[in-house]
Amino acid sequence: FDKILIANRGEIACRVIKTCKKMGIKTVAVHSDVDSSAVHVKMADEAVCVGPAPTSKSYLNMDAIMNAIKQTGAQAVHPGYGFLSENKEFAKRLEAEGVTFIGPDTHAIQAMGDKIESKLIAKAAKVNTIPGFDGVVKDAEEAVKIAGEIGYPVMIKASAGGGGKGMRIAWNDEETREGFRFSSQEAASSFGDDRLLIEKFIDNPRHIEIQVLADKHGNALWLNERECSIQRRNQKVVEEAPSTFLDPDTRRAMGEQAVSLAKAVKYSSAGTVEFLVDTKKNFYFLEMNTRLQVEHPITECITGLDLVQQMILIAKGYKLQQKQSDIPINGWAIESRVYAEDPYKSFGLPSIGRLSQYQEPLDLPNVRVDSGIQEGSDISIYYDPMISKLVTYGKTREEALKKMEEALDNYVIRGVTHNIPLLREIIVHPRFVSGDISTKFLPEVYPDGFKGHMLTAGERRELLATAAALYVAVEIDGEKVEVSGEWNLASALLPITINGKHRNLQCLLRTAAGEITLQYLGTSFKLRVLSKLAAYLRKHMPEKIPEDTSSILRSPMPGSVVAVSVKPGDNVAEGQEICVIEAMKMQNSMTAAKTAKVKSVHCKAGDTVGEGDLLVELE
Amino acid sequence: MNDKQHFSERHNRPRAVTLTLLSVARALCYSVSHLSVQERIEKKRKAALTGGGQLRIAAQHKRGKLTARERLELLLDPDSFVEYDMFVEHRCSDFGMEADHNKYPGDSVVTGQGRINGRLVYVFSQDFTVFGGSLSGAHAQKVCKIMDQAMMVGAPVIGLNDSGGARIQEGVESLAGYADIFLRNVMASGVVPQISLIMGPCAGGAVYSPALTDFTFMVKDTSYLFITGPDVVKSVTNEDVTQEELGGAKTHTTVSGVAHRAFENDIDALLNLRDFFNFLPLSNKDPAPVTECHDPRDRLVPGLDTIVPLESTKAYDMLDIVHGIVDEREFFEIMPNYAKNIVVGFARMNGRTVGIVGNQPKVASGCLDINSSVKGARFVRFCDAFNIPIITFVDVPGFLPGTAQEYGGIIRHGAKLLYAFAEATVPKITVITRKAYGGAYDVMSSKHLRGDVNYAWPSAEVAVMGAKGAVQIIFRGKENQAEAEAEYVEKFANPFPAAVRGFVDDIIQPSTTRKRICRDLEVLASKKQTNPWKKHANIPL
Repeated sequence: FDKILIANRGEIACRVIKTCKKMGIKTVAVHSDVDSSAVHVKMADEAVCVGPAPTSKSYLNMDAIMNAIKQTGAQAVHPGYGFLSENKEFAKRLEAEGVTFIGPDTHAIQAMGDKIESKLIAKAAKVNTIPGFDGVVKDAEEAVKIAGEIGYPVMIKASAGGGGKGMRIAWNDEETREGFRFSSQEAASSFGDDRLLIEKFIDNPRHIEIQVLADKHGNALWLNERECSIQRRNQKVVEEAPSTFLDPDTRRAMGEQAVSLAKAVKYSSAGTVEFLVDTKKNFYFLEMNTRLQVEHPITECITGLDLVQQMILIAKGYKLQQKQSDIPINGWAIESRVYAEDPYKSFGLPSIGRLSQYQEPLDLPNVRVDSGIQEGSDISIYYDPMISKLVTYGKTREEALKKMEEALDNYVIRGVTHNIPLLREIIVHPRFVSGDISTKFLPEVYPDGFKGHMLTAGERRELLATAAALYVAVEIDGEKVEVSGEWNLASALLPITINGKHRNLQCLLRTAAGEITLQYLGTSFKLRVLSKLAAYLRKHMPEKIPEDTSSILRSPMPGSVVAVSVKPGDNVAEGQEICVIEAMKMQNSMTAAKTAKVKSVHCKAGDTVGEGDLLVELE
Repeated sequence: MNDKQHFSERHNRPRAVTLTLLSVARALCYSVSHLSVQERIEKKRKAALTGGGQLRIAAQHKRGKLTARERLELLLDPDSFVEYDMFVEHRCSDFGMEADHNKYPGDSVVTGQGRINGRLVYVFSQDFTVFGGSLSGAHAQKVCKIMDQAMMVGAPVIGLNDSGGARIQEGVESLAGYADIFLRNVMASGVVPQISLIMGPCAGGAVYSPALTDFTFMVKDTSYLFITGPDVVKSVTNEDVTQEELGGAKTHTTVSGVAHRAFENDIDALLNLRDFFNFLPLSNKDPAPVTECHDPRDRLVPGLDTIVPLESTKAYDMLDIVHGIVDEREFFEIMPNYAKNIVVGFARMNGRTVGIVGNQPKVASGCLDINSSVKGARFVRFCDAFNIPIITFVDVPGFLPGTAQEYGGIIRHGAKLLYAFAEATVPKITVITRKAYGGAYDVMSSKHLRGDVNYAWPSAEVAVMGAKGAVQIIFRGKENQAEAEAEYVEKFANPFPAAVRGFVDDIIQPSTTRKRICRDLEVLASKKQTNPWKKHANIPL
């Protein structure tokens, strides 16, 4: 191809453009009006605006994208992931215009995109599948009936879905009804298709997926697995390749089943077959993603292949050059998804804002950062809140993990709340380090929610010493702590040596009144450095009474109000739903913190609300 | 003292030689009186240090407030405080005030001088534990003494206010005391910086001293400023209002604009005051202070290239620009919660203090109204008085229209900001980030008001008004308004009309703004400009 249009935004658009540049192919970016100065637009040779900010009017606007293709004369389209990547209509329209879709053909997209159909095909191709109901569920009552037949727990999910959207787990009839309602709403808003299905929910499974690569000549390869068990709300957070759990036999069995499925649907291009693996290494087919996955870089790291390049070559009609025996597992790769979200609220509620400072840890060796933003970029409510994918690579898992610690400590992100505290904790947690993980890792390890790093006595001393050293220095509880470093208060990073140990901290805030916020081991800690006199006199300072939060409901994140279910004067019970906020396409039910009468309602359906905005007051 | 007494005693001796007995008696006498003076000094000092006594100190602490002396210890560098007038006592003899137990050495205020980060400052700290910190003639006299000396040597005055008001027992003497202080506040105005920190009640006539000083800061929840308290308000206007609502920190920093900042508690306030002090020159004869700077002067700020949204109706945060440009992102904002459509405050560029003025598009589109004009004008005049260069960021759609503004005298108040920028002779650098419309363009430190360096970003639009309004006037009643609007945008909604006329000196890439300003400030450091001789100017008050 001479010119490829990338029908996507953010990091994946940048990722595709990079490979195109390497291959000497010209690129066309599409963008919404708010994205007109985004990184992917600047990187591409040409850029076309395809509409206003909401995705349904821009990145999902097929007419506008088709026009952009005509206008620029692009010969092929790479869809990235999400948006139109698994949309058969789009693929069909491209085909009709004689434009190559860099991905599988419409038949495969359709077959695998429908969870019900894909399961039937998988069964026929002798792939292990999960017991469940192979059909569309009509309403909540039918859902309850079917759930009863399969036996709880069950999983309700959108037939057209992916990425955890429109997916709910139910343990009883009531949750089934609620889950049905939310899932169908989410499915409608995310995929424009509210069909749902139900299947048995495999408790405590691992999520392991096999990358496949197939050409148009009937050749297919499996490129080993990716372990994606660390998830929150069914969205992946940390991925690695290979998995600590698979032995060569299981790996081969999974790989061969994946390839046979690919062959069964005459698949071409890169694709991913997702499996659930239980504790006894039984694996069940979950779904096949007919696109490039978010976490593809870790496979690239251990196999040395450029998957985007392979996709382009396959789309052009080239045969695969490699044989299955050519596919290596070289070393170990870890990917952390760095999100603009608050990890202290349900392991991550979206946050928005402007990246006032931003530095990727690219000066470290064996670190890869796939991002589509830069200092000054806005993280808006319109799109996915992912900041970047941070990938580290090493000869061994230990080496890759060590590098990840270092990379996270050197990653400067200011202006938005981010999940580095959580990522930093996961990768050093003994269970994660030993490989003892499942999709329930986060709720099991942090049953009361993530609270940040818990300091040991030694760490506490290190932290206090650093804080104090920023003003003067340092003796703690009679023990002298040596702090030295070449720091510069104007720079974002704070490299120091404490008692001979090297650490990378970041100073996030330092005020005249001695308040200091340090990011240490990923978590931000608030400290106060005071002179002896000021510390002594502090006991006289009045305590400020914090606002009573049980009687007010504030929006935990920026988003839009989908529904308000109460009005002033209503009596609400503790835990009753008060309103629903949608942010980043996730619907979140806001509930009453106590049983009370509604005093006033400050929002209505359709309103856009910011984090901390007052929604409803109770008496 | 001791030596002198010995000396005089030796002189007396020849006469005493003849009368041994007498001499012995005298010696005895002397040693008694000698001890008692020394003792009395110690006793008085001790009394002065404990103010109104332990009980009242405990009560002060219980209110969440520190004592006058604890506050000074926190404010000043360790061991730098030199106290004046520790032995001064009030002279009132009515209502039993002459009784010994009603006399407190030092009376109800602690005065002296000290250092903040090594720089000289004169301070007074009212002592609420002595007659509620009320102002006696002696109290006023002590304050006046340090103010006079501060002006003579050229050092700022910081007042820590915590006073119930006039010493009623003293009557008119107390009123005279206030006036003496007011006069000195006025005389010192523009000579040395004056800062008031309200740390307790400050009511009645007392409020006018802080009001005359350059900056008034308050402590949240424990300080009040009002002319008359809630009781009098109730009896006169029948309004029910609490102390906090009437004159608390929130009221004065958000509604009235009387106070410039509020802090959480005494410690927070005093530590912030130390920080604030570092920005100020010691007097009008001193240049703006320069500190060591670790932030590279030629640092590029890539984030600024994308900060101004494409649609001119969309807001952005001017503080993002300010933080990006100044040293170490450090910005001491003045009146952050009042008239938020204009941002003013102190920062440093390459280590040198500068005053920042910026329209805030996030609030009321950054328009100028009565409150923002007055807020901006006072700040600009302070900077000009104390040799602090002014950097102005312009994104202003104009003055706020409406009856409320016109009836309120926006003409008169808007003129203050215009006046302040025009009269200022310190280095003035202006950056037009987006809109600079109409009269407001002229006001905001334009080239025409002797701006030294005026820049436009590529997103700048210098015009009489926005395209829509302009087209409605130029092409009134005509069709094809949309076409005309596009033409107007093409012609005027860009920096060229101003640039071709030399009204802006250059169109610069936003990311280079810090580098450019640092360089300009170095050049302008030797700027000399004087206004014509006058007794004083007549700003439209």
